Amino acid sequence: MSVLAVSQSVIDLSYLVAAVLLIVGIRQLSSPQTARLGNLVAAVGMAIALGFTLTDSDIDTFWLIGAGVALGTVIGVASARLVKMTAMPQMVALFNGVGGGAAALIAAAEFHRHAPDADRLAGDVIAGILFSALVGSVSFSGSLVAFGKLQELLPGRPLTFGAQQLFNAALAVALVVLAVVTGVTENGLWLVLVLVGALVLGVLMVLPIGGADMPVVISLLNAFTGLAAASTGFVLDNTALIIGGTLVGASGTLLTILMGRAMNRTLGNVLFGAFGKVAEGEAGPAVAGDGMVRAASAEDVAVMLAYANRVVIVPGYGLAVAQAQHEVRQLADLLEERGVDVRYAIHPVAGRMPGHMNVLLAEANVPYPQLYEMEQINPEFPRTDVALVIGANDVVNPAARSSPGSPIYGMPILDVDRASHVVVLKRSMSPGFAGIDNELFTSPRTVMLFGDAKDSVTRLIADVKTI
Amino acid sequence: MTHEQIVEITIFVLAVFIGFEVISKVPTMLHTPLMSGTNAIHGIVLIGAILIAGSADSGLEKALAFVAVVFATVNVVGGFLVTDRMLEMFKRRERPAPKPRE
Repeated sequence: MSVLAVSQSVIDLSYLVAAVLLIVGIRQLSSPQTARLGNLVAAVGMAIALGFTLTDSDIDTFWLIGAGVALGTVIGVASARLVKMTAMPQMVALFNGVGGGAAALIAAAEFHRHAPDADRLAGDVIAGILFSALVGSVSFSGSLVAFGKLQELLPGRPLTFGAQQLFNAALAVALVVLAVVTGVTENGLWLVLVLVGALVLGVLMVLPIGGADMPVVISLLNAFTGLAAASTGFVLDNTALIIGGTLVGASGTLLTILMGRAMNRTLGNVLFGAFGKVAEGEAGPAVAGDGMVRAASAEDVAVMLAYANRVVIVPGYGLAVAQAQHEVRQLADLLEERGVDVRYAIHPVAGRMPGHMNVLLAEANVPYPQLYEMEQINPEFPRTDVALVIGANDVVNPAARSSPGSPIYGMPILDVDRASHVVVLKRSMSPGFAGIDNELFTSPRTVMLFGDAKDSVTRLIADVKTI
Repeated sequence: MTHEQIVEITIFVLAVFIGFEVISKVPTMLHTPLMSGTNAIHGIVLIGAILIAGSADSGLEKALAFVAVVFATVNVVGGFLVTDRMLEMFKRRERPAPKPRE
C-alpha cells in the first residue's frame, strides 16, 4: 500500500479532467493561432493523469518507475532538443515506435503475470492483451523502418519482392490465428511467436512504401499505437488509457485520410501502390506528385500567406479580367498588418499591354514602392516564402528558361519557381495566351487555387481574417 | 458482460466519435504538428507502464515494465517537446509598424 494512496474515485476524477484537457488540446492543435497552446494544454492533461496514477494503491515499488521515467526523460529531452528541424518527421516516427513498443511490452508483462492461473484471465482481458501485443509490435517495427527510410539509413525507394502483398496478407492471417491459439492455450511461447511475427509484419508493411509517402504511413502507425494504448486500458481497467488511446486512434485515422487527400493519394494507393512504382521507378525514386496538379483550399493558402515572412504577388491578365485589384490590395493590407512583407512583381508584358498591371494596381491605390520591376524582384524569389500568382501564366512559365523548343524560349520571365511555395490562382487548367503547357503548375512546390480571381481573393481575405 | 465492461465499451465508442469530430478541418500546414501532438498523447500508455512497474512481482515482469516505462516516457516527453518546437513557427512576429503609405 502506497503512502501516497488516495481513493480510486479521486484518481478517476483526475482522469476525467485529463480527458477534457486532451480533447481541448487536440481541438486547439487543429487551428494555427491556438496550436501551440493546445500542445501545452494536452501536456498539462497528461501530467495530471500521470501524477494521480502514482497515488494508485496497487503501486508498492517506486524505484523502478523513477529510474525508468528519469532515463526516458533524458532520452526524450535530448532527442527532441538536438534534432534538426528538417529531421522532425523521422523523430515523430521514432517517438511513435517506442509508444507502440511500450504497449506491446505492457501486454507481455500482464500476460506473464496472469498466465499461470488459467482462470484469472477473463475473455476481454486476454483479447486486449493480444490486440496490444500485435498492433503495438507492428507499430514499433514499422515506425523504425519509417525512421530508417527518412534518416536514409535504408533506401527511400520502395523495396519489394515477388508476391509480397500476398505474403503480408498470409502473415497477417497467420498472426490472428496464432493470437487465438495464444488466447486459448494461454501459453507464453505462442505469445512470443505473435510478438515476433508482428514485428516482421511491421517491417514488411513499410518497406515497400516510398519515402515521399512516409508521412502518411507514420500518421497511420500513430493511429495504430493509439489503438494499442487504448487496448491496454481494457486490460488494466483504466479509463484514461482507453480515452487517450482511442482519441489518437480515431483522430489519427482521420488525419491519415486528410494527409493522403492533400497529396492526392488514397490510403490504399499509399499502402499497396508500390507495384506500379517498381514497374516505372527502377531508374530512380519517383518524385512525389510528379506531373500532378495539387489543388489547395482557400483556407490552406490563407494559412501559408498569413505565416509567411515575404509574399510576392504576381498579377496577370486573369486579375484584369476578374477586376480583382481592389480585393488584392485589401488582402495585401491584411497581410502587412500581420507583419508580412508584401511586394508586387510586375512583368513588362503581363496582361495584354505594357503597363497594364501598373494601371490596374494604381487604380486600387497600391503604394508605388511596393511595385517591383522584373529585374529588381527576380533575385528576391529565392528568399520569398510564397509567390502568389494571380491569373498570370506565360510570364511565369519556366519553359522560357529551360526548353529551347518552346515558343516562348528566351523570353524573360519572373522566376516564381524559385520561391519556397507558389500559389497559382487560375480559373481552370487551360493553357495561357501562348497556348503552351506550364510545368510550374505541376511543380511539387506549387498548389493551385481554382476559381475566378476575384472570388478566390475574397475567400482568402475572409480566411486570413479568421486566423 | 459485467457492468464495468459495458461502461468501458461505452467510453471507447464515445471517444471514437470525439476523436473524429475534434479535428474536422485542419489546414495542410498543421498536418505534421497535429500528427506529432496526437503522437505525444498516446504516450499516455505510460500510465499502464507505471501501473505494471509499480506492482511487478517477477524479474521478467520488472524488466519488461522497466523498458515499457522508458519507452513510454520517451514518447510523452519527446513528443510534446518536438511538437512545441514545430509550432514555434506559428509565433506572432514582432515587427515595426507597417510602412507609411503614399
